[in-house]
Amino acid sequence: MNFLDLIWLIPLFPAAGFVINGLIGKRIPKTAVGVIAAGAVLLSFIFSAGAVYQLLQLAPEARSHTVKLYEWINAGAIPTTEGPLARFSVDWSFLLDPLSSIMILVVTGIGFLIHVYSTGYMHEEDGFYRFFAYLNLFMFSMLTLVLGSNYLMMFIGWEGVGLCSYLLIGYYFHKKSAGDASKKAFVVNRVGDWGLSIGIMLIFVTFGSFEFKVVGEKVREGVMSGAFHAGDSLFFWIAIALFIGATGKSAQIPLYVWLPDAMEGPTPVSALIHAATMVTAGVYMVARSNFIYQMAPQAMAVVAVVGALTALFAASIGLVQNDIKRVLAYSTVSQLGYMFLALGVGAFAAGVFHLMTHAFFKALLFLGSGSVIHAMHHEQDMRKMGALWNRIPITFKTMFVGTLAIAGTPGLAGFFSKDEILWQAFSSPHGNKLLWLIGVTVAGMTSFYMFRLLFMTFFGESRVDHHHVEHIHESPKSMTIPLIVLAIGAVLAGYVGLPSWLGGSAFERFLEPVFEPLPIAGATEAVEHYGAGAEIGMAAVSVAVALLGFTLAYFKYCKRSWEEQREIKQYGPFYPWLLNKWKIDELYDLLFVNRAKGTGVSLWKFDSQVVDGAVNGSALTTVKSAVGSSWWDRWIVDGLVRFVGGFVKTVSWPLRLVQTGYVQNYALVMILGVLVFIGYALWGTH
Amino acid sequence: MVTTFHYLLLSAALFTIGIIGVLTRRNIMVILMSIELMMNAVNINLIAFSDRLQQVTGQVFAIFVITVAAAEAAVGLGIVIAMFKNKETMNINEIDLMKW
Repeated sequence: MNFLDLIWLIPLFPAAGFVINGLIGKRIPKTAVGVIAAGAVLLSFIFSAGAVYQLLQLAPEARSHTVKLYEWINAGAIPTTEGPLARFSVDWSFLLDPLSSIMILVVTGIGFLIHVYSTGYMHEEDGFYRFFAYLNLFMFSMLTLVLGSNYLMMFIGWEGVGLCSYLLIGYYFHKKSAGDASKKAFVVNRVGDWGLSIGIMLIFVTFGSFEFKVVGEKVREGVMSGAFHAGDSLFFWIAIALFIGATGKSAQIPLYVWLPDAMEGPTPVSALIHAATMVTAGVYMVARSNFIYQMAPQAMAVVAVVGALTALFAASIGLVQNDIKRVLAYSTVSQLGYMFLALGVGAFAAGVFHLMTHAFFKALLFLGSGSVIHAMHHEQDMRKMGALWNRIPITFKTMFVGTLAIAGTPGLAGFFSKDEILWQAFSSPHGNKLLWLIGVTVAGMTSFYMFRLLFMTFFGESRVDHHHVEHIHESPKSMTIPLIVLAIGAVLAGYVGLPSWLGGSAFERFLEPVFEPLPIAGATEAVEHYGAGAEIGMAAVSVAVALLGFTLAYFKYCKRSWEEQREIKQYGPFYPWLLNKWKIDELYDLLFVNRAKGTGVSLWKFDSQVVDGAVNGSALTTVKSAVGSSWWDRWIVDGLVRFVGGFVKTVSWPLRLVQTGYVQNYALVMILGVLVFIGYALWGTH
Repeated sequence: MVTTFHYLLLSAALFTIGIIGVLTRRNIMVILMSIELMMNAVNINLIAFSDRLQQVTGQVFAIFVITVAAAEAAVGLGIVIAMFKNKETMNINEIDLMKW
């Protein structure tokens, strides 16, 4: 079978699952719903694996396969800033190249495991079918996003995943906090999408095409012929507009605020959408647009700085959170910051590599936390956990592996990808020692808060409510098996991208055709060269920092059990700021939300006082002035009218029955009248 | 091959469904939805002729119709909410204030 030409089927399987479960899911047994949903994703995974395998058989330069289904939009000619008219034409087509290969394997592979996990986790919930229908719709949108061959297809997927995120965060819609969180996610994402759509429009008016490959070629030709230069303000604005979109979807400063609140959704949703796949869409989009970012060094610097600051900022909040899922949420924001740091220093492959390894270990950690929450009867507060390690051993072991991986233990996935990013931040021509320093600090903080989470949950004294103690139980097989598979992935995923002192990264070589550097003059000069020794030294530094974080966490939360007073004292005046997330939500309320509300209230006041006042005033004047004319009216005019009216009334009683007061009757008469006219126009003229 | 005729057929079918919905349903929400159907039938018509005549005007007009439809939906829903607050019903038969 030629899987390469069948890639258009990959998004279609979950779409079919969504239709089936959405339409008849309520009437079929829960097992069938689960099998349909997970089976659809498994089929996608098989087709993805087949297609990627066949792609690998091709020569590296030929690894790009476009499948055009049909011409989707054709709206005639439109002028561009470059002068010649461009046809506004968009195809419904899919592109499989190394970058989208990695994305579809991550999305379908981890997506399948999470579907299986969900059949266990969501088993007791109402609206089981609704959950799986949304989840499949999400898979369809996400696969469209990463497989689409042009910016408009990507935009469809982009909006689709946003919608599914909204629906799934608000899955427990009877809880006000969940409804608020989903609205917040939607509105904040709208701000980002505004930027993205501006960026896409700018791309079209500049290059006259939406196709990634065509735009990439035009940029390359422009550089060769001298029409475009690195640092042109046009590229800067396109890159910044696209990056605004990325900050919304991928939760970067200043639009990260929705992601921690998104934890109101069910835990598998947090794992799939808000950790492993959807939030990495921004990283994917920036990596996909690498030809534009290469032309805009200033925009790259913005991306790197925003990424590094987000990593630091989110990690600082994660240090003191007490809700197990919120710690993981801030950790996700922080790790996404790493990815953008990598993109910003020009290490696109390193960013995508971290995207992949992060998908494994963060999905594992989220599903593990879901298993803990399941065991604890929906308790998410780590202050009410402790000493669980022997009660739920599989969950504990797999989460331990995940924690080791994210903390950067040598040999596990997080070590390879994080070190690659730190090394690139240090050594790349776009890099900076300060960015590297922030990255290393964040590595230490990551290690600290993740081990704090592990120790508070599984070690120390038990703070579990004594009613629940007897009921703590290990999760069913459908939940533990995905955990085990993901744990294996979190250990092994890093070995495809070994650092250069261990033989070089196969992952990077695979992605090279996508991230081919543009022939920009002067870009290759002035690169400092470091030996392998420096790179090993860097790795040693980050391992040492991670070890420091572990040691601190060990003495504070494992040797002695967690106590609130001690923690408050330790951070001193910073504690309330950290706990309350630096009060950014309050700041945004003050700056934007209350402004919008205030505008609404003042418009309402304007309406109720000025507009209504004017109406009432004119009415009053009319009433006053009408007294005089009322006499004349009452006796002379009315007399006449009454006479005529009485006359008509007596004569016209049968007609009155027609006026029923039902709008639909009037509409029927109107439509019949129109039909009569049409009939007359067609047949009545000769 | 999808020709203009097919588009017109689809549009006529949608429009008829919309009319029947408006005339026979009693729930205001469903009637509003039927009106949307009719508007979209019109849109398909506009786009079909825009395609046939190779002129963008029809598409621009369709976008205006969509905009108007959005405003119409907002106003319509506002009226429905106000009506529901006053009469606690969605049944159009119970709303006959226009009767003599």
